Amino acid sequence: MDFAGFILQLLNGLQFAMLLFLLAVGLSIVFGLMNFINLAHGTLYMVGAFIGYSVAGYWGSYWLALVAGTAAAALAGALFYATLLRRMQTASPMKQVLVTFGLIFVGIDAVRLVWGDNTQSIVTPSLLGGGIEIFGENYPIYRLFIIGLGLATALLLYIGLERTRLGAMVRAGVDDREMATSLGLNVDLAFFIVFCLGCGLAGMAGVVAAPVLQIYPGMDIAVLIPALIVVVIGGPGRLGGAFLGALLIGITATFGDVLIPTFASFIIYGVMVVVLVLRPGGLLAPRHR
Amino acid sequence: MNRARYGAAVAAATLLFAAAPASAADPIKIGLNLEFSGGPYVLLAHEVANGLAMAIADKGGAVDGRTITIIDGDNQHKPDIALSMAKKLVYGDHVDMLVGSIGSGVIKAIRDFAVAAKTPLIVPNAGDNEITGVDCNFWVIRTSFSNDQIVREMGPWLVKHGVKRVSLIAFDYAAGHQQMDGFRRTFTAAGGTIVNEQYPPFGPISDFGPYLTKIKEAHPDAVFTFFAGPPATAFVKQFTEFGLKKSIKLTGPGWIVSPLNLPSQGLDAVGVLGILNYVPAIDTPTNRRFQSEFQAKYHRPGSEFAAQGYDTGLLIYAALEATHGKTANKGDLIRAFHDVKVDGTRGELRIDPQTNNIIQDLYIYEVVDQGGKPSFHVIETIPQVQDPPNGCKLG
Repeated sequence: MDFAGFILQLLNGLQFAMLLFLLAVGLSIVFGLMNFINLAHGTLYMVGAFIGYSVAGYWGSYWLALVAGTAAAALAGALFYATLLRRMQTASPMKQVLVTFGLIFVGIDAVRLVWGDNTQSIVTPSLLGGGIEIFGENYPIYRLFIIGLGLATALLLYIGLERTRLGAMVRAGVDDREMATSLGLNVDLAFFIVFCLGCGLAGMAGVVAAPVLQIYPGMDIAVLIPALIVVVIGGPGRLGGAFLGALLIGITATFGDVLIPTFASFIIYGVMVVVLVLRPGGLLAPRHR
Repeated sequence: MNRARYGAAVAAATLLFAAAPASAADPIKIGLNLEFSGGPYVLLAHEVANGLAMAIADKGGAVDGRTITIIDGDNQHKPDIALSMAKKLVYGDHVDMLVGSIGSGVIKAIRDFAVAAKTPLIVPNAGDNEITGVDCNFWVIRTSFSNDQIVREMGPWLVKHGVKRVSLIAFDYAAGHQQMDGFRRTFTAAGGTIVNEQYPPFGPISDFGPYLTKIKEAHPDAVFTFFAGPPATAFVKQFTEFGLKKSIKLTGPGWIVSPLNLPSQGLDAVGVLGILNYVPAIDTPTNRRFQSEFQAKYHRPGSEFAAQGYDTGLLIYAALEATHGKTANKGDLIRAFHDVKVDGTRGELRIDPQTNNIIQDLYIYEVVDQGGKPSFHVIETIPQVQDPPNGCKLG
C-alpha cells in the first residue's frame, strides 16, 4: 500500500467509524444514562432508512428523506419510551434484553409487511454525487459527506452536553439521580429528550448509510454487533467514549480487511478483548456513582 | 400476501378437483422445505415456491386423476429445523417428495435424511458442488445448478473477448470460494491472469470501500465477483461510486444484477456482464408466457429463482406423468426424472443420470440502458451445459 492508498483507506475507515458513531451514540447514552440495554436501537436505524426511502421515492428529495427518517425514528423512540421503556426501566437486565431482542424480530417482520423483502436504495443527492481527486485517485464525495456529518454531530452533541442547560441536567441526573430530582430538576424529562435524540440519530444514520449499504429487512441486525462493541469499548454513557470507540473499530476493521484478510471477521472482537483486558470499564469508563 | 391468496386459489382449485367424482384418488403430495422466514433467503424461498405452484397450476394441478397438493414447510434457514421439518413432512404428512432448499447451509441436513428415508429430494436452488459431486446420491436430484456449472464457461469466454487480468472478490464462505475456484481454473487455463483475490467476511456490513480501493490499485481489466441480495446492490453501486466503472468491467454470475436487485441498482447496473442459467430476456414461447403470467400476478418480472421454481414444477409434473401419477415406488419416480425432457423457461432441461444434476443452457448477457431504465441484453447462449461427474459415482 503506497501513501495515497493509505490515505484513501484511512478515509474509508473514518467513514465507517462515523456511521458507527451515529448509531452507537444513542445506544451508549441510553445504556449509560438510563441503565437500559436497548437492543432494538438498530430497529430505529432500519425504520429511519425505510421511511427515508419512501419519502425519497415520493418527493424525490434526499434531504427531505434525511429529515423524515430522523424524525420518524425519534417519534418511534418516543412511542417506545412511553409504552415499554418506562415500564421496563426498573426490570432486570435479562428482561430488558429479552423484550428488546423480541422487538428486533417484530420490527423486521413489520418492515417486511409494509415494504416487502427486496433490497431498496436511496439515490445519492446530485450535490454529493461523483468523486473528487485525492492524491491522484478518485474518491466519492458522498463518503466525505458522511465523515463531515459524523464530526459535526459529535461536536454539536459535545456542546449540547457540556454547554447547555439540558446538558447540565443530564449530567447531574447521571451523577446522582435522586439528588438532582430533589433539587427540582425534571430528570425524567431530560432523559426522555435525550433518548428521542439518540433514536433520531439512529434514524439519521439509516438514511445516511442507505446510498452506500442499501436498505433491507434485517439491516439492523447487521450493524447491531459492531455498534454494541463500540459502546462496550467506549464505556457506556460516554459521548467521547462512543466517538473514540467508533474511530478505533472503524479504522482497525478497515485496515484489517485489507492487510490481514484472514482475520478480518475476528479483528473487531480482538480489539474489544484487548481494550477490555487493559481497561475493563471501557476506554472512558463511567465516573464512579 | 399475494402468496396466501394464491395458495387459497390453488387450494380451492384442488378442492374442486377433489369434489369431482373421477378423481377420488389420494392426492400426490409435494413437501416444500424452504427458508420462508429467517436468514437471507426469505425472498428467494417465496420466489421458488410461487414459481413451482404456478407451474403445477398451469399444468392443470393433477396427474391421471390424482390432484397435486403442495405443503409448505418453513426451515427458517436452520439445519436442525430443516431436519425436523423434513421428518414432519415425510412421516406426518406422508409427502411423496421433498423440495428444498435455497441455501447450501441447510441442504446437507435434509439430504442425509432424504437418503436415509429413501424419499426423493428435489433441490430447487442450493448450488453446492458436492450435492451432485462427491456427495451425490440416487435420491437427490438438482433442478437448479452447481456453482461450478455456472462459472466454468466464463473463463475462456472472457479471454477470447480480450480480458486478460482479473480481480476476484466474493464473500468468505463455501459458495463464494466454489464460484471463484471454478472461474479461476478455466480462466487461467485459457491464459488469463488473476491479479488479486479478496474474500471479505460474510456480513455483517457490506461496505466494500476498502476492497474497491485495493482493486483499483491493481488495475485489472475486469472484476469477477459473486454477490447476491443486498450486498450485490451495495457492490454495484459502490463500484460506480468509487469510479471503477470507467475503466474496469464488472462481471460474474448474473445474480449480482438479478431482476430483484435491478430496481435498487438503477443505471449503476448498466454495463455489468453476467453469466447465468436464466435471464428474463430469454426469447422463447415458454419464457414469454411465464413472464407475462408472473408479471400479471406480482407486478414485476419473475426472477431466476421464480423461473427455477417454475421449471422444477415442470420437471416434477413431467416425471409424475411418466409414472402415470403412481408414486408408491419412489425409485421409479427418481428414474422417471432421468427419462424426461422439458421445455422450460430456461430452454431445454434434462436431468443427467450420471450426477442427478440438471443439463441446461447458460446465458451470457449485459445490462443495457433502455430509455433510462436498466434492461437485459443476451449476448450469447451456451447450449446444454453438463457437469462432469466431479467425483460422483452414480453413472
